[in-house]
Amino acid sequence: MNGSRAATLTLAWRLASFRRENLPWFPIVVLCTLAFLAIFADVIAPHDPQVGLLGERFRPPAWQQGGSTAHLLGTDHVGRDVLSRLIFGARVSMVVGFTAVIFAGVVGTMLGILAGYLGGWVDQVIMRVTDAWLALPALTFAIFLAAIVGPSEMNIVIILGLVYWTRYARVVRGEVLSLKERDYVRLAIVAGCSKRTIMRRHILPNVVNSAIVLATLMLGVVIVTEAALSFLGVGVPPPKPAWGLMLADGKKGLMAGYWWLTVLPGVCIMLMVLSANLLGDWLRVKLDPQLRQL
Amino acid sequence: MTRAVEDVSFTLGDGETLGIVGESGSGKSTLALSLLRLLPPAARHVAGNVRFEGEDLMAKSAVEMRKIRGKRIAMILQDPMASLNPLFTVGDQVAEPLRVHEGTPRRRAWERARGLLGAVRIAAPDMRVRNYPHELSGGMRQRIVGAIAISCGPRLLIADEPTTSLDVTIQAQYLALLRDLQRAQHLAMIFITHNLGIVARMCDAVAVMYAGRIVESGPVREIFNAPRHPYTRALIESIPRLGESNGRLTAIEGQPPDPAALPEGCAFHPRCPVRLEKCATERPRDSVVGGGGHRTACWLHG
Repeated sequence: MNGSRAATLTLAWRLASFRRENLPWFPIVVLCTLAFLAIFADVIAPHDPQVGLLGERFRPPAWQQGGSTAHLLGTDHVGRDVLSRLIFGARVSMVVGFTAVIFAGVVGTMLGILAGYLGGWVDQVIMRVTDAWLALPALTFAIFLAAIVGPSEMNIVIILGLVYWTRYARVVRGEVLSLKERDYVRLAIVAGCSKRTIMRRHILPNVVNSAIVLATLMLGVVIVTEAALSFLGVGVPPPKPAWGLMLADGKKGLMAGYWWLTVLPGVCIMLMVLSANLLGDWLRVKLDPQLRQL
Repeated sequence: MTRAVEDVSFTLGDGETLGIVGESGSGKSTLALSLLRLLPPAARHVAGNVRFEGEDLMAKSAVEMRKIRGKRIAMILQDPMASLNPLFTVGDQVAEPLRVHEGTPRRRAWERARGLLGAVRIAAPDMRVRNYPHELSGGMRQRIVGAIAISCGPRLLIADEPTTSLDVTIQAQYLALLRDLQRAQHLAMIFITHNLGIVARMCDAVAVMYAGRIVESGPVREIFNAPRHPYTRALIESIPRLGESNGRLTAIEGQPPDPAALPEGCAFHPRCPVRLEKCATERPRDSVVGGGGHRTACWLHG
């Protein structure tokens, strides 16, 4: 208990010591904006994202010919306001994306540390399960799970977590195998620390960086998988606006020139994934005392 | 089965220092780790016992052993650069054994850590506790490792080549520091090294190891003045001396034996300049050859 509190305290202290001028403004601004939109979607969105007017179908964005200021970013195939759907979609994507990544990350990292540090049969069991898991195509496996538990946001998070934890377990285990041979781990053993203390104080903090970097990369994968699941009808249930779902729906209109239906949600996904990656990279450097600028 | 260490026996009193010398691979570190019951998974402890303050360490449970390590028996490892966790401040790491073994609250443990840094003569301990390992020099890091070792007031300190990666001036300072700490806390110390000069300066008694066995042991003075075993003699002769240079350094001919295929009889006989016929067939027995418990296992004296 004490150890983990100390760890979070040092983390908090480190975060507080970051100099303002070094902050990565681009990802912070993008993610904060998205978070703001997601939280206050009800107030900000100009229209109901789930109800469309059939008379207003396929309106282009306001600056194009035929567009109107009533629908700044145009409307989709059933006349729903694209801007409003993007704003509400931010909520779905952020919640699903982040929680799934964190869920998979926590499960995968813990199992990876256990497998790597304890070795023996624990390692065998965890890694053989991981191997079997990785042998299944992620998307097929996700569809299979989704078909069993039924579509809902909560279920999507659990499914994505269950599908992707193995990636973390693999990476983390490999890292732990090298960490546990380091002299400071041996010194901790010689100093009489229990296995739990060593895993928590000496192994975990040293693998967190890799896990964070992996998480930022996984965020993109997770959002795209969520999109694919939504497209296949086993993801976020349809009237709800999710970026992936919008992308999938809009594909049909792409050849007919309705570019805004795919490009705009695509840009949103790209911005979010890019920001998460940039933020992760910055965090990785900042959390390493040797790379941190003095 | 390969026997990395066999037939080794010694006693060490309060406040005494025992030096264990030998070539690389002679089983020095394995011996030290087996005292703490920390042999690597592939190695096994077959027979023998370790008595520490009247208790048999071999009969302890894993949990009891853990309470002994770091608290009553501490150890210093070779490489100060790698012995500290790069992600935690020095204060955190010096405080760790206190928190693990004595449940000292964080703030109090940090207070003690400051005191300990002072005790190992680190300048400005109040500032240094907040430093990360990479901000310190090798000598300082090794002193921090020393501070971690003595933090819980151990009775026995095992130092496994603690100065091999330090340069000579820092080495001398560190040895002086260890000596002072030992005197102040009346510590027993086992000093593993291949440097006879350090043994002469630091230790009360020496045990010379060759191929997993102790070939000669006794008080430092005895061993240096009247070495009996040809291996010990060769070791002492191979120390370079000022003013006696004939251009070449003396070395022991041949290679240390492979522990998986030890020679019959005395393990040293293929390299021994004064071997007898039975050295190749019969293993010499340990016998007393001088004062203060000076013993050797050699047919010349058996």
